[in-house]
Amino acid sequence: MMVNLLQNIGQKTLGFLQRLGRASLFLFHILRGFPIVLSRPKLLIESLYSVGVLSLLIIIFSALFVGMVISLLGYVTLVDFGAEQSLGVLVALSILRELAPVLTALLYSGRAGSALTAEIGLMKATEQLASIEMMAIDPIRRIITPRFVAGTIAVPLLTLMFMVVGIYSGYVIGHGWLGVDEGSFWSQMQSKVQWQHDILNGLLKGLIFGIAVNWVALFEGYDAVPTSEGVARATTRSVVYSALLVLALDFILTSLMFVEV
Amino acid sequence: MNKTKNLEIMVGLFVFIGLASLLVLAFNISNLGSSLSSPSVYTVHARFDNVGGLRSRSKVTLSGVNVGRVVSVGYDAKVSRALVKMEIETQYQLSSDTQASIYTAGLLGEQYISLEPGAEDEVLSDGDSIYLSQSALVLEEIVGKVLVNLTTKK
Repeated sequence: MMVNLLQNIGQKTLGFLQRLGRASLFLFHILRGFPIVLSRPKLLIESLYSVGVLSLLIIIFSALFVGMVISLLGYVTLVDFGAEQSLGVLVALSILRELAPVLTALLYSGRAGSALTAEIGLMKATEQLASIEMMAIDPIRRIITPRFVAGTIAVPLLTLMFMVVGIYSGYVIGHGWLGVDEGSFWSQMQSKVQWQHDILNGLLKGLIFGIAVNWVALFEGYDAVPTSEGVARATTRSVVYSALLVLALDFILTSLMFVEV
Repeated sequence: MNKTKNLEIMVGLFVFIGLASLLVLAFNISNLGSSLSSPSVYTVHARFDNVGGLRSRSKVTLSGVNVGRVVSVGYDAKVSRALVKMEIETQYQLSSDTQASIYTAGLLGEQYISLEPGAEDEVLSDGDSIYLSQSALVLEEIVGKVLVNLTTKK
């Protein structure tokens, strides 16, 4: 019984390490194929359309509602201290530092990451990847690298849009409904939000999450068991692992970027 | 052919909106717009017994007008006092007997340096020090003094 348990734990650990190693090699392989993006930009544009442009709507809608909710809840708390003029700072900083990068990455992994996994997994299940390889074309370079690069470009851009839409929708609620003074909303925000410290760090978070989410999604697809059940599992795993990875990375990045102890 | 063109236009629009967002963030929401337009500053030092909660990037005001920022807050071991370095915009001239005090904005707000102009004709130039300074009010000290006063009166 005990031996069985130990054996199981050992097997799981080895399996995890093996997958991690394969994933690292896979990332290296993707990056080595990078020149294809420069020589055939059309591949990049097609993937950018499917992962970026098509995710635009859900990102903008979420940003709209997140900005409004932050504004409402922040007002309720701040008005008790007579500090409702600081609403702009509260909305801007919480969106720029935290909500925009994290929510964009989570929504992206649900909207585009899962689609990438399913697409690659199905290509593998129907032996399309193998047939490309038969034609002496490297499937990772031809199929996966453009998608990875497109995703890594798309997530920071979506993060930027989330930031702008979120802050403006917070302003609409704060000024239009709750009656916070327009001048103090913007001037306090502008004096407290720092270009490098807040916006560039938020953007850097977006870039790192973009790499993480796309890496997980593409690897899960590429590593899927080539059956319909295997693809279904890989898609689930892709979303779950992306979410966990994004949240864990977010904790580390926040503690490095924004905490001055 | 037409389909490819549409695709390219959509992607172009996507990238354009993303970069436009970056510009909006830079000039409308952050302090980059105002910091670009005020490039010329000079540095002035001041020493305080106690800086309280003053930090770098706190504002410096002259008669209530924003004239600069605190660059660094450190400790000067030679004179055993806190050394505050601040940048003042060159268009504002400070007389050599300017007084620097640390005040708090609002009851619970952040701390800032308030400069009060003096009467001398001589002005401070880059790297000079302000000699007249008034420390931050620390709540515990005030409470302590009040308590001492109350107990000694009895």
